[in-house]
Amino acid sequence: MNLTLKIWRQKNSADKGALKEYKISNISEDMSFLEMLDVLNEELSEKGEDPVHFDHDCREGICGMCSLYIDGKPHGPQQTTTCQLHMRSFKDGDVITIEPWRAKSFPVLKDLVVDRSSFDRIIQAGGYVSVNTGGVPDANEIPISKSIADLAMDAAQCIGCGACVAACKNASAMLFTSAKISQLALLPQGQVERKIRAEKMVAQMDAEGFGACTNTGACEAECPKGISITNIARMNREYFSAIASSDNV
Amino acid sequence: MSWVSKTLSSTLGQKVLMALTGLFLILFLVVHLAGNLQLLFPDGGESFNKYAANMANNPLIRVVSIGNFAFILIHVIYSIILTKRNKQSRPVAYAVTKPSTNSAWASRNMGILGTIILIFLLVHLKGFYYEIKFGSVPMASYDGEEYKDVFAIVANAYSNILYVAFYVVSMGFLAFHLSHGFASAFQTLGLNHVKYSPLIRKVGLGFSILIPALFALIPLVMFFQNQ
Repeated sequence: MNLTLKIWRQKNSADKGALKEYKISNISEDMSFLEMLDVLNEELSEKGEDPVHFDHDCREGICGMCSLYIDGKPHGPQQTTTCQLHMRSFKDGDVITIEPWRAKSFPVLKDLVVDRSSFDRIIQAGGYVSVNTGGVPDANEIPISKSIADLAMDAAQCIGCGACVAACKNASAMLFTSAKISQLALLPQGQVERKIRAEKMVAQMDAEGFGACTNTGACEAECPKGISITNIARMNREYFSAIASSDNV
Repeated sequence: MSWVSKTLSSTLGQKVLMALTGLFLILFLVVHLAGNLQLLFPDGGESFNKYAANMANNPLIRVVSIGNFAFILIHVIYSIILTKRNKQSRPVAYAVTKPSTNSAWASRNMGILGTIILIFLLVHLKGFYYEIKFGSVPMASYDGEEYKDVFAIVANAYSNILYVAFYVVSMGFLAFHLSHGFASAFQTLGLNHVKYSPLIRKVGLGFSILIPALFALIPLVMFFQNQ
């Protein structure tokens, strides 16, 4: 298939940037979206032009490194990561607009690459367990029901790609932060630091300049891992019970 | 910064203020509607005028009404603070967006809907609240007692087709605002549960249609009664 690509080109974080149009032909519908960009970059390199920079790593849909805001949706038209998006989702003659995640807290480094270290700092603020939880426990030794374990695992599926922020009209990071708070708040190992974790991670999320949630549900609809906004409600509960009962004045 | 001011300056704290004041205003709508429906009683406004006098003189109602104004103010102020923050969180806009594929229109336009409702509220307060409290009001007498004839002021206002149209259209915007706000307030307060959330959403949708529809019915009925 033959396509027209409108791709955001930006030299560095100080550059203003603009959409640039490229024509690309003989694209197989079996290619992944990133492979299509690889083809484009090969052509650009052969012509001596600067290839389009974009983030990618595992290309298996589990690392959270790929991004791209494709035709008005994070990770494109399918509810999956960009690396798992295939060209069969498009048709011959399509014009595809590719933009970076847009958020104050995700500054563009070059072209389609954004700096997502604000997510790392939210994790560093409390998304960990610092008590010794020992080695691998025997089966059924940890007193936790299957349904709670499932909820924790559902939240832990978050790969931190930032599609929730990209999809949210407020560039809010509440789906991400709530998933990370939830996965630990639900498990016995997370109880020791439960309160301080909720307080610190929410404070860091605010300090990074992310917007506030208006419960539109766009994040949940676009999340490639199907993280539910019930996690946001849980984060609110965790935060307010921590504020009300912790001894951090 | 104390823990109280720290909480109230956090996005979650501000959202909870929006939710709590919003839920109070939802409750207020029910009480207000219950009183207003007396305008449709076929007694020439007697029961409504007596009710209005009772509302104006009851000290408990006075306190609640001051609280009501305060909550409206908090709801408006924090919506401005949050909207400003939310706008700043995305300084460069997308060239292409498809918001209707992932969220409801009302949920994305609460600020615009709220602004329209605020304008309605100001006109509404000027036309009725201010007039009745500080303007010259005709008197009506029942069983030898004098009452402000609030009914006459309302009936007069609702004889103007433009005024009626303004009210009906504003209630449409209120319906959209409530269609998101009702359920959203519970989510913000952390009240999300597999058993109750579907019910809250259904009740919220019913509420957002029924209450504004009944509010809109009053000026319509009174307009056609006047014809």
